[in-house]
Parts: sequence; C-alpha cells; structure tokens
Amino acid sequence: MATTASGPRQFKITDYKGKVDPDWCPGCGDFGVLASLKAALAELNIPVHEVVTISGIGCSSNLPGYIDTYGMHTLHGRALAVATGVKMANHELQVIITGGDGDGFGIGGNHFIHTIRRNVDLTYIAMDNQIYGLTTGQVSPTSRIGMKTKSTPFGSVEGPVNPILLALSAGATYVARGFSGDPKHLTELIKKGIEHTGFSFIDVFSPCVTYNHDNTYPWFRDRVKKLESDSAYDATDWYAAMRQARLWGDEIPIGMFYENTSVPALHQLEPILDEGGPLAHRDPRVPADVAREFVEELM
Amino acid sequence: MKDTFAVAIGGAAGQGVATPGNIFAKIFARRGLHLLAYNAYQSIIRGGHTFLTIRAGVENVTSFGDRIDLLIPLNQDTMDRHLRLLGPGAAAIYNGDTVKPGEAAPGVRLCPLPVGELSKDGRNKVEQNVLAVGAALSLMGVGFASLEHILAQQFKKKGEAVVAENLGVARAAYQYASQHFEPFASPLPMTERRYAVLTGNMALAMGGVAAGVKFYCAYPMSPSTGVLHWMAAHARKAGIMVRQVEDEIGVINMTIGAAHAGVRAMCATSGGGFALMSEGLGMSAMIETPLVVIDVQRAGPSTGVPTKTEQGDLWQVLGAAFGDYPRMIAAPTDILDCFKLIPEMHNLADRFQCPAIVLSDLLLSEGHTSVDPADLDFSVPIDRGELITTANGASGGYKRYLITESGVSPRAIPGVPGHTHTVATDEHDEDGVLISDEYTNPIKRRAMMEKRQRKVTGIEAAVPPPVLKGPREADVTLIGWGSTQGVIQEAIEILSEAGITANHLQIRWLVPLHGEAIVDLLRSSHRTIIVENNFSGQFARYLRSETSFVADGHIRKYDGEPFMPHHIVEAVKEQLAGRSKVSIPMHGIAV
Repeated sequence: MATTASGPRQFKITDYKGKVDPDWCPGCGDFGVLASLKAALAELNIPVHEVVTISGIGCSSNLPGYIDTYGMHTLHGRALAVATGVKMANHELQVIITGGDGDGFGIGGNHFIHTIRRNVDLTYIAMDNQIYGLTTGQVSPTSRIGMKTKSTPFGSVEGPVNPILLALSAGATYVARGFSGDPKHLTELIKKGIEHTGFSFIDVFSPCVTYNHDNTYPWFRDRVKKLESDSAYDATDWYAAMRQARLWGDEIPIGMFYENTSVPALHQLEPILDEGGPLAHRDPRVPADVAREFVEELM
Repeated sequence: MKDTFAVAIGGAAGQGVATPGNIFAKIFARRGLHLLAYNAYQSIIRGGHTFLTIRAGVENVTSFGDRIDLLIPLNQDTMDRHLRLLGPGAAAIYNGDTVKPGEAAPGVRLCPLPVGELSKDGRNKVEQNVLAVGAALSLMGVGFASLEHILAQQFKKKGEAVVAENLGVARAAYQYASQHFEPFASPLPMTERRYAVLTGNMALAMGGVAAGVKFYCAYPMSPSTGVLHWMAAHARKAGIMVRQVEDEIGVINMTIGAAHAGVRAMCATSGGGFALMSEGLGMSAMIETPLVVIDVQRAGPSTGVPTKTEQGDLWQVLGAAFGDYPRMIAAPTDILDCFKLIPEMHNLADRFQCPAIVLSDLLLSEGHTSVDPADLDFSVPIDRGELITTANGASGGYKRYLITESGVSPRAIPGVPGHTHTVATDEHDEDGVLISDEYTNPIKRRAMMEKRQRKVTGIEAAVPPPVLKGPREADVTLIGWGSTQGVIQEAIEILSEAGITANHLQIRWLVPLHGEAIVDLLRSSHRTIIVENNFSGQFARYLRSETSFVADGHIRKYDGEPFMPHHIVEAVKEQLAGRSKVSIPMHGIAV
C-alpha cells in the first residue's frame, strides 16, 4: 500500500481517471463497467501503479486507455496470455483484463480455457454485448440463435457459447455475472474478484446500443435476477452453480455463481516464487557455483 | 582436421543408438578430443532407421565429415544400407548371430561378435550395443578402464546389478575383439585437454541463463524442444520460470507479457510455431517491449520433415509480421555460437526495445559438439538498456514513447510509482494515447514511425559487419550463413589440398546485414558461390534484394540432410570447370 508522509493515502475514483475520455457510443454499456472498475479499485485502495489493466482488441478493449493504471492494449484475443506473463514476472501486481465477447470467447477462446485451468491470479472482466461492435455489427460467439446481424442477415444458426458454463467447467475458481445497468452490484462483484486469489471471471452484460437491438438495457433489466436475493443459494456448491448457469429466459441470474478459495493460484504453486520476491526484481545473474555446475554436467 | 576418427551407429529407433553414442562422446571428450555428432533420424518413437555419426579429432571438428572409420550396425537394415560407405582401413562391428554382412570394399574389416556366447550369463537383452562399444574400444586402442566409470554413470539409475552386467559383457567383448580382430592402424589419440559436450539446443538454453532470462515458455515442436527440456530440468537451480503453453500464439504473448513486466524472457519454436507467432512479433515492435525468439528451422513447408534440417525459414522471418519495424535477425554459426549469441541478442533487444530473432536449425540444435568449458562464460555483460525500475523522485510527466534522437524511449516497468502509462498495439502518441481510432493524425503517425525506425541506425552501429576469412586472392569465394560455417571451412581445406584456393564469407547477422560492407568484401572475388541448405537460394535472393549483388554460382541442398564436405568440394570443382552454375549435391547416405 502506498504511503505518504502523512500516512497511507486514500485513493479516490478520480485518481484512476485516464488521460483521455472513452470514445464509446453514448449509452454504451462499457461506461458502467469502467465506472465500476474504478470504484472497485478506489474502494480497495489499490495504488494506481500497482495495477496493470490489460486488454485485447475491440470496443471494450479500449478500456486501458481510459483508466490511469499501468496498461497494455495488446492483440485481439491475446490479453489473457499477455496477462499471465505479466503476473508470472511480477506476482505482486494486480492484473486486470478487460475485453469483449468476440475477443475472449471467439479468437481468444483457447487462452480462456487454459488460463482458467492454470488458475492464474487474474481478474477477467468480459464486457459481453453479444455482437461485434468495432467491426460494425457481426455475429459473436454469444449471439443467440436467430440473431440478425450484418454477417447473418437471415439469422444466426449457430448456438452461442455460455461463458459461465464454460468457465465453471474449465475449473474457474471465481465466476460471476454482472450487468452494467447495475453498477453498484457490479462494483461488488469486481471487488470480490480482485480479492479472490486465483482466476476470477466476471461476465458482464454490457449492451451495445448501436448494433444489438435484441439484448438492450430494458431487455436485461426485465430479466436479470440477483443470486444474492436467494438466501439459500450456496456459491461454494459447484453443481448449484452449474444449474444456475444454465438458466436463460425470462429470468437470467446475475451475481456470484461460484467461488472456491481452496485451490492455490499458479504463482503459489511455483517453487521458484517461494522466496526472493517477484522475478522482475531479482538479479538476472545466475550464481557462479550454479553456472559451474551446469558446465560440469557436460564434462 | 585431417586426423579424425568417425564412428557411425545405426539401428531402429528404440534399439539403443543413443546409449553407445553417448558413451563414445564421453570417451572422446575425456581423452581430450574434439568431437561433433549428427544424428539422422525420423519422426518415429520405435522402428524406422536412425544413423548417428560421431567424429573426433585432436583439432576442432567442424563437420561430421565424409568418411566413416567404424560402423556399428545394430540391425540388418543398417548393415545393408551403409556397409558400402566403408573404405580401406575401416571396420564394421556387429552381432554375428543376427546380422549378415554383404559385400565389403577391399580392406574393410568385418568384425562379427558372437553376442549370444559373450552375453550368455546376462538376464537383459539390451547389451548388444554395449558389447559393440567394448569391442570398438579394443580396435581403437583405448584401455578398458575408461569405459568402467562411464558405464557406471550411464546405468546407475538402473541399479548396481545392471551396471555389473553391462560391464561384464563389455569386458568380454573387449577381450574377444583383442584376440580376434586387428586394431586400427593408429590408436585413438589423447590430449591433456578436457571438453564439455553439448547440443545446440542446450547451448541456446544455457545462453539464456547467461543472459539472465527469468521466464521461458514454449509449445513442444521438433527440433526446438531440446531448449524446453534443458530449461525445465534446470529451471529451479537457475531461478527461471518455465511454462508449457497451449499454443505458440500463447507462447509469444506470454513471453511479451513477462518481458513487459521487467524480466528477460525468451521462447523457442520451429517454423510452424514461428508462423503462429508472427502477430506477436509485431506487437513487441509496436509496444516496444524487448523479445527474443528462437526459430530452430526444420525442413518445410508446412509440417514438412520434422526431423530433418533446412535453412528454409529466412524469408519467413524476414517477412514475419506486417508493417515496417526495427528488429534483429541472426543465425549462429556453430553450437558454441548458439550460447554466445543469446546474451548478445538480449542486450540488443533491451537496448533497442524490439524483437530479436535467432535462426538456428536442426543441424546445430540437435547436433553435439565439444567445447572448451572456459568458453561457456556465464559472466558476459548484461545491458538492460534504458530501463526505469525505481521512481527516482519522478513526479509525473513521464512519456513512455518520448521522441528521442536514438528512437529509444526510457522504459518504465509496471509497479514503478509515478510512471503509469498504457502501451498499445494501435498507433499512439508519445504518451501512449491512441491516434488510430477517434483522431488519426498523420503528423504524429509519421513522427512515431520515424522514431521507431531510427533505432535501425543504432542497431547497425551495434552489430559488426562480416569478415572475409582466408586469402584475399582466391580462386573462389564461398558464401554461407549460419550453420554451414563448419562444413564450408572443411571443404575449403580439402579444396586447398587439390590446389584450389578459396576464401570464406560466413554471414551471422542477417538483419542488420551490412550490405555495403559485404559488396566491398566481394568486389575483388574472382568467383562467388553461395552455399545454402534450401531450394530457392533464400539468402542469395535476400543479398540480391538488399545489394543488387548477384553471385556467380550456387550450391543448394533441400533433401533434409546437411551438407557433407565432399558435396561442396565436388560442386566447386564442377562450377570452376564451367559445367554448372547451380549444383544440387546428392546425399549418398541412405537415411
């Protein structure tokens, strides 16, 4: 935690304000996600320089430019792989990934599965709008069957991926779903995700007001139902989470589906990180006796 | 390099070619002999045909040569394929119970071992190769004691009984050979020197250790996998994190992530994996994060011949990733150079904050050679370039992509207070703010392109031009790049014995090429011939595109096997006689 001469500093939401304002369409769901992320960081009081916000490519992937932390705006679909490298090189950093459904579940689908199974201590916020926005409105991996887009003018015939089911089945240790129309609830989900040690996945309904006229704010508002409203729901029960994850219709659950705190994160399983601090801070030189041993082996 | 001794061991994969190979390599190295080994093998775990050649000598051995002195065929197939390669003075040691010799050239000694009789007390069936080693030592005039320690080491994991049994049969074979076979005319020489034996892949990995690499990741792909294996086995001692990743796209992105966070990071692959990495290379260049990628070339295109060598990826790496960007590309010229090049590449990548590509190939990466242990120097300079790792009282105003004369902007790693910034694969301004989407800006775009490209001047100054070796005046100038250095060198020695003088230009740095310096060096050449292990003359075409220089002749090979000295010698003679301008030597060994 950063300190000043007068004691620990309290970060405010405005401290995380980026150099430029978002260029998202007015009314875009991503504004709510950005606001919730900044609020979560401020409430957890994480210094700006200890956070790395990493994205791929897409409308929502522009987010690292709109927040004042360390940021990486990488390649389409590759944010999770880059983030894993960052976290392994410096596991003291708070690494947050933001991106869209095409980026994460389409071109980046392979990394999604493998980053989950490794339980890398990352917080992945997918802004899921069921459409390709930046390329002006094509079908996405989460578009419903029958959805008419520029690339499916007669309606999509392909079934969508269910990101919550996919994450749960791949072994994610924190799985949640938020709605950018409910930023307070989303802020709580992001906070819990950041505090969770291991891979945390937050799928966010983030409506595209320009290209998706099916899954709109009112459409979601009428359907979303908080899991927290059911006091009997047990988020440590994986089977219960799987059952909830399959629900889609008049009621769509949002909230924390699942959390498992008993699985160690990847950096905790790496013996070379047991002591000595982050790799990025270590002396690059190998000790002379170790080097000698490597040569002796060849003699 | 005249006085060398080459032993060749052949058999089916899984039959135990590697064990005697390792034993011979150790015997040679411990006698203070230089050695070089090349294994011709196939992509099969059991079966097929594997043919290992190990050549040793008092002087440095730079190729596996043209002559086999001792053949150890472990099966009939090997005997049938290779007995004809033996000339006067050579010998073949084989299991007389199961392998029948064909017709040998005059002066070739056939040495059948009664394996059943010699190993009748044994309980295991694997000893025929150990028997052959025992008999070979007798023919080579090497005392049996030298084998005892090596066998104990080789089989120690299998327990004392196995060690004792192997020693017993080896000794029996040694004695049998002493009584029944005539030894080689001169015994294997010995020197006081001691050498380390390693493969090119091990050298690349150890070079990474010397460079201070702290993160290595890979997806298994022949012939680069040896780097991963060495790294994984030594990671904990070396303090390196090693990860096997879901695909090469993940590999390069993870490597870039780690490098961006401040460690030295590296990855290795072969042509197919490198193709997947192409977009990542561009990211490294655009966000200005240093990156070292090794491409161990194998015979392409596509899956190609996974266990065979080629220098066929030059244009792939030259063209990898779209757009113009600064980078370095170098091809190590021998196995020791694999070790030395890696720290150099990391220093350049850090100084110029761009990708560096190492072009090895199967010949180097999977070949074994002896090196003076003092040459494996782990205390080489580490230059991290303009790296900001502490706040140093900075209070805002940091610009990640500050426009500078050198094109290099000081790089702050995540975690440093007062230096937050976002790097972007989109074009951006000095501050990292995108100028690609909302407000594109031709003036800023031009300034950023020129800033990045200015690094090229610095890179060119940091990398030496190539040197012409041999006499200034020569009948022919042989030009090669990367792994062909050793075989060209030996071909030149053989040509010289035939009265043909040749000098030698070996290219290590492909980018920057120093084209003007090359043209200057070649200006006085009488005849230039480019030697390369590919179909289309990739280097010849590259040299022409960069300099307009057109070579007089070409020697190319694309059958999957490396050049042997006689391939080059005969081709040079053919071209000097005016019979050809492009020679494609036939590989005479049926592997």
